Amino acid sequence: MTKVYVDNRPFEVRPDQCMLQACLTLGFDLPYFCWHPALGSVGACRQCAVKQYKDENDKKGRIVMSCMTPVAEGLRISIHDPEVVAFRAAIIEGLMESHPHDCPVCDEGGECHLQDMTVMTGHNYRRYRFNKRTFRNQDLGPFVNHEMNRCIQCYRCVRYYREYAGGRDLKEFSMRNQVYFGRYEDGTLENEFAGNLVEICPTGVFTDKTLKRHYTRKWDLQFAPSICVHCGLGCNTSPGERYGSLRRIVNRYHGELNGYFLCDRGRFSYEFVNSERRVRQPLLRQDNGLRPTSKAAVLDRLKSILAFGKVLGIGSPRASLEANFALRALVGAERFFAGTAPAEQRLTSLMLQILREGPARTPSLHEIELSDAVLILGEDVTQTAPRMALALRQSVRQQTFQIAEKLKIPLWLDHAVREAVQEEKGPLFIAAPYVTRLDDVARETYRAAPQEIARLGFAVAHALDGSAPEVAGLSEELRNLAGRVAQALRDAKRPLVVSGPSLNSESVIYAAANVASALCRAGKPAGLSFTTPECNSVGLNLMGARPLAEAMEAAQKGEVEALVILENDLYRRAPRQQVDALLKGAKHVIVLDSLLTPTASQAEIVLPAGTFAESDGTLVNNEGRAQRFFQVFVPQGDIRESWRWLREMMIAAGRREAAALETLDHVDEALAQALPALAAVTKAAPSASFREAGAKIPRAPHRYSGRTAMHANINVSEPKPPDDPDSPLSFSMEGYPDQPPSPLIPFFWSPAWNSIQAVNKFQEEIAGPLRGGDPGVRLIEPTPGSEANGAYRGAPPEAFSVREEERFFVPLYHIFGSEELSQQAPAVAELIPKPYIAIATEDAARLQLKEGDEAEVRLNGSTQRLAIRLREEMPKGLAGLPVGLPGVETVELPAWGKITRV
Amino acid sequence: MLSPEELREIESEFPHYPNKQAVCIDAMKIVQKHRGWVSDENLKDIAELLGMSVDELDGVATFYNLIFRKPVGRHVIMVCDSVSCWVMGYERLRKELKNRLGIQMGETTADGRFTLLPIVCLGACDRAPAMTVDEDLHLNVDPQKLDGVLEKYK
Amino acid sequence: MEKVLTKNIQPDLPYVDVKAYEATGGYQGLRKALGMTPAEVVEVVKQSNLRGRGGAGFPTGMKWSFVPMGADAPRPKYLVANADEMEPGTFKDRLLMEGDPHQLVEGMAVAAYAIQADVAYIFLRGEYLFSAERLRRAIAEAYENHYLGKNILGSGYSLEMYIHLSAGRYMCGEETGLLNALEGKRANPRTKPPYPQVSGLFGKPTIVQNVETLCNVPHIVKNGADWFKSLSYTQDGGTKIYGASGKVKRPGLWELPMGTTIREILEVHAGGMQDGVRFRGLLPGGASTDFLVEEHLDVKMDFTEVAKVGSRMGTGTMIILDNQTCPVGMVRNLEHFFAQESCGWCTPCWSGLNWAEKALTALEEGQGQPADLEHLSFICNLCAPGNTFCALAPGAVEPLQSALKYFREDFDRHIAEKRCPWSSQ
Ligand SMILES: Cc1cc2nc3c(=O)[nH]c(=O)nc-3n(C[C@H](O)[C@H](O)[C@H](O)COP(=O)(O)O)c2cc1C
Ligand code: SF4
Ligand code: FES
Repeated sequence: MTKVYVDNRPFEVRPDQCMLQACLTLGFDLPYFCWHPALGSVGACRQCAVKQYKDENDKKGRIVMSCMTPVAEGLRISIHDPEVVAFRAAIIEGLMESHPHDCPVCDEGGECHLQDMTVMTGHNYRRYRFNKRTFRNQDLGPFVNHEMNRCIQCYRCVRYYREYAGGRDLKEFSMRNQVYFGRYEDGTLENEFAGNLVEICPTGVFTDKTLKRHYTRKWDLQFAPSICVHCGLGCNTSPGERYGSLRRIVNRYHGELNGYFLCDRGRFSYEFVNSERRVRQPLLRQDNGLRPTSKAAVLDRLKSILAFGKVLGIGSPRASLEANFALRALVGAERFFAGTAPAEQRLTSLMLQILREGPARTPSLHEIELSDAVLILGEDVTQTAPRMALALRQSVRQQTFQIAEKLKIPLWLDHAVREAVQEEKGPLFIAAPYVTRLDDVARETYRAAPQEIARLGFAVAHALDGSAPEVAGLSEELRNLAGRVAQALRDAKRPLVVSGPSLNSESVIYAAANVASALCRAGKPAGLSFTTPECNSVGLNLMGARPLAEAMEAAQKGEVEALVILENDLYRRAPRQQVDALLKGAKHVIVLDSLLTPTASQAEIVLPAGTFAESDGTLVNNEGRAQRFFQVFVPQGDIRESWRWLREMMIAAGRREAAALETLDHVDEALAQALPALAAVTKAAPSASFREAGAKIPRAPHRYSGRTAMHANINVSEPKPPDDPDSPLSFSMEGYPDQPPSPLIPFFWSPAWNSIQAVNKFQEEIAGPLRGGDPGVRLIEPTPGSEANGAYRGAPPEAFSVREEERFFVPLYHIFGSEELSQQAPAVAELIPKPYIAIATEDAARLQLKEGDEAEVRLNGSTQRLAIRLREEMPKGLAGLPVGLPGVETVELPAWGKITRV
Repeated sequence: MLSPEELREIESEFPHYPNKQAVCIDAMKIVQKHRGWVSDENLKDIAELLGMSVDELDGVATFYNLIFRKPVGRHVIMVCDSVSCWVMGYERLRKELKNRLGIQMGETTADGRFTLLPIVCLGACDRAPAMTVDEDLHLNVDPQKLDGVLEKYK
Repeated sequence: MEKVLTKNIQPDLPYVDVKAYEATGGYQGLRKALGMTPAEVVEVVKQSNLRGRGGAGFPTGMKWSFVPMGADAPRPKYLVANADEMEPGTFKDRLLMEGDPHQLVEGMAVAAYAIQADVAYIFLRGEYLFSAERLRRAIAEAYENHYLGKNILGSGYSLEMYIHLSAGRYMCGEETGLLNALEGKRANPRTKPPYPQVSGLFGKPTIVQNVETLCNVPHIVKNGADWFKSLSYTQDGGTKIYGASGKVKRPGLWELPMGTTIREILEVHAGGMQDGVRFRGLLPGGASTDFLVEEHLDVKMDFTEVAKVGSRMGTGTMIILDNQTCPVGMVRNLEHFFAQESCGWCTPCWSGLNWAEKALTALEEGQGQPADLEHLSFICNLCAPGNTFCALAPGAVEPLQSALKYFREDFDRHIAEKRCPWSSQ
């Protein structure tokens, strides 16, 4: 630590940072714009000025930018010196020269960093009396709204979008006081992380366009700490609700996971909660259709169905641990089936086994950012685990920091570092069958069939350690590539291997594990990160469900009286005929879900399940981190948590033990008892009995308005706020007024900090962990001592060979389109590609197919007609079928199939 | 589409720099030399050639004042509006030009013959006021001399 | 007195080819330098007290000594001639490039050798097409005669030289803005430190030097540091190309000993004021220097002496204000330039200069208010050195702050009379 003086008071601060960051960590309110904890310092806005003094005798001092001033032993600064206070006021006056002063109609109002800083510096009167500069706005697509007149030229948007997120279609144009931040022409922002502009922009230039359609001020929203349900990474979010509809999602900082940023799928998919397709009442099949019915009637019916034995439960990787556990409790462990595709279940088990056995440890997203050499085997990370792609994009900077360090440039001095580093990038190798969205920062890419990708991985492991299995018949080219990859990984301090189940290939996963093992054996602290497809894929797997195929067999044998399907559209898991057979094979099909999915549509009974926003529960991410999400609002009518429905079903079935499962804590305790692997879930967040200073944690900001009036159309007397037996949070603005423990932070706010940058006040140190540690508990750690004996796994597959008549179909993924729930959000739906099949340009020519042609695809017994899309980079003999895309049938992949022109 | 000539000229700049983006300003100027200005289409072609996004290239183009992103007349008149010329009668010269051509600064004559633009100090302060027409520098331009000067450009 | 930089330059600017240049001792400096170690070349330049002629007057030899040398220094290293000359009122580098282009080429070769640069660029103003033509010819001749290229004059040292024609912006003259421009980017300035000497063009060690500075270098190497110092009247060594524009009898450029008085330049060389007009003040070295007035005429024009009276020698090319020209209008013209050329990176500059221009325009149009004058002073403080990211804005407010000091009554008259007293109506 280093001693510095702020206004003559001594403080100990970390040396590797700038004075602005140090001052904010110390809790001082020092205004800033161009600086951002994730982006570093560039000294553009001049808002963070302080006085710096040579020594204690220097009374005059000089104005410096705190963001450009490194912490140094004995450094003396003043924040409160009148001259520098006046300077900061002058800066904000300048920034506001052309600002439209339109806060009342601005979506940023009430959570605007510019407002906060304006108040902080005391600027409240416009002296500028000349014409303002004005701009035309652009249509930037369904996510982000553009209002350039509010711009203060802090350059954060382009720095984030281009330099941090790697986007290339946002840029600054022109100069002087007329710099325009936008695209070359109107059009949807191409980067998958564009939504973060909404939070990065300190003013109302970039705002959430989806929020605009049902706009509500931040102070009028009711929030809860939540977890994103749209992929397996478990980013922390803060959804906001009013009048029973979800209005938006913003990032909830997590030092180890998402940090300051979300992906656009995570941010903009919330609208499925408000979807027309929601099931809002119990539905009962009558007269060949599903008809709304009363809760009592449906429970009555269930009672008679459940009275018979042979009730099978199908769980879900998108339902909470508690919901899955309640289903398991209802049907019994031996009748509890995983609602995932067989391959997915197999691979997830395999991945978890590998991570548990070690030797490689699975890193957090933050640790991924810090990796300095990466091999990706078989994943298009941007599409399957988007936020990880943003982390990987930072990893390629790690080695280049040596250049800066040699020049004594502090790493936070962002542009100086980038100018010194230029185009230099650290090693990232990507092996995938197609172009991925990280290829632009990859040192080398290898595009090949899954078998070849696995062979590359095995070859790398062998190159690292001769005792790892050798690959027979390796081409010269692949051997050399493997050598280069091995070399780069070996030379790194923190190498990382990324893989996952995308290609449905065990060999790929074995290969990844072997590379990591070989590195560990060589004494490297190698990371091994697997993507997982859904928000609770890991949690479901840890519960040990039986394979779906066995449920199908049972149904075929007519052994199924009733099938209870939890939050799962089985048509996404298995081919249509198989699911049809399963559903027909059961006498009664009961579905609990939030949306009327194709599966639900086939059911006899559908129970309205709460979404993440209407439930509490625990999810386990790909890192094995169990995290609690909390109900944002109490839904109207009969919508309730799946686990509550299941408990009621148990009661209806006369199961006495159900009486004890009254609250979430009870369910978690029972779960922890029943499943030792999940015992730690009770520690994921404080229990419902937790109180701060005797009070609950308010979900709503203290300025929340209209509570006494908002239900006046129903009843003029204000209703009592709903009780929450499941969490220490209240549905109210009353409660503990200060900072709650990190897993219970519904939204970031602190006096004078209304914008999301209030997060500064919640961190132990700026950009570090939240106070008291980041939320969640890790359930998976490698077994100690396994380094020594970590055996190599699997064997290299046979080389891929092209067939004359058939193509080898691999699955393709789309950030917007492949995931089920986000498809129902209108803004996301706009960006979903039309159904298609991808084939190598070279093959297309032979089949006489052109872009856009319709073709018939015969695959695994299914036949579908799809449009052709040519993929120049795809290796000969391969084809791709998008997974989960509306209009594309579910097929087990990879598989050989035939394409014919129609 | 860039002409073979333009391509050749741009490519001949490549060896002067360690990467392609560094050529972008030269490239735009080369295209402008041939076409008078840089159209959206030219911009896209150049961006593609240099491995840049069109947004990136336009961000550069709009920073500089000698890259024309709108069509100009056959001849471009640039009148120095900086301090020495201003002292020596820039405003009179500008008025005279606007009157004779019947256009405002930044405009092009209806017949497409002249575009009139201001320019910063041409480094000819000792012979002010100064202006350029296309590649020629004209010095000590008083209103009487103007006819003779303009005459040369058809 | 001895002409050094301009000895080959004739009034009608004929092309001085390599033979003519050699005939007056051309390329002797380079030959001599190649026989010395790079460190020796740096040392002689250091000893000579040569200070940068681009405006800031930084000691040239010292700048070179920061460049990492030796086998493990980053490569390639770069030398850039700053030939952007866009400071209003400045026209000296043009003369040197048109009148004697080989002198610059030789100066660059010597400087490049001193820092062991691999590539040299001439960053040339886009409008200087005639200079470009001449420099191209000179560079071609230099290559032919082995003054450039591989293994220069058999010394084992190699240097490639290219011209980059700018697309125009004052910021391209600022040395780090220039580096961005050369990299094909927007000419925003860069963070310092790191200085370009260690991390410059394409992230590599780079020296940026003004044309006139570089032109001095071969003569220093050839004739020695003492000779160079003896040329000057003052501490700052050498000769200087001074200039004058405005309503003087003979506007132009003159190479004179460093430290020649303003009065001598104005009255002797520029021939005094034109008939019928009176001297009111001057900007000593381009648009971004503070006004000086009558009482300063005996100040010696060098970096140290002009600074003592609250201005800067800058580029040494003076712009004269006369009594028939409105000082407010002149400052408005200057601030229009600076506001227009602000790169838009830092707030004091882009917002302050915009405001200043608007306020000055209001004054000129008879719309001025007393508060505007206060605010103009306020902007001058806001844009003081250190408050902004680069030196553009601090330079921009120099003429403004000094005009408010010396011509305050003229500003007041604009407000009182609700018009510009110099306007014809
Ligand atoms: C806004 C601005 C514009 C400048 N323009 C020029 C220029 O056109 N030519 C030049 O030589 N120096 C210019 N300079 C000075 C350069 O930044 C730099 O100091 C100079 O090129 C160094 O060379 P010297 O040491 O030989 O003077 C400018 C500086 C600023 C702040
Ligand atoms: S002072 Fe600031 S805005 Fe002005 S030119 Fe320099 S960096 Fe750009
Ligand atoms: S935050 Fe320091 S200059 Fe912008």
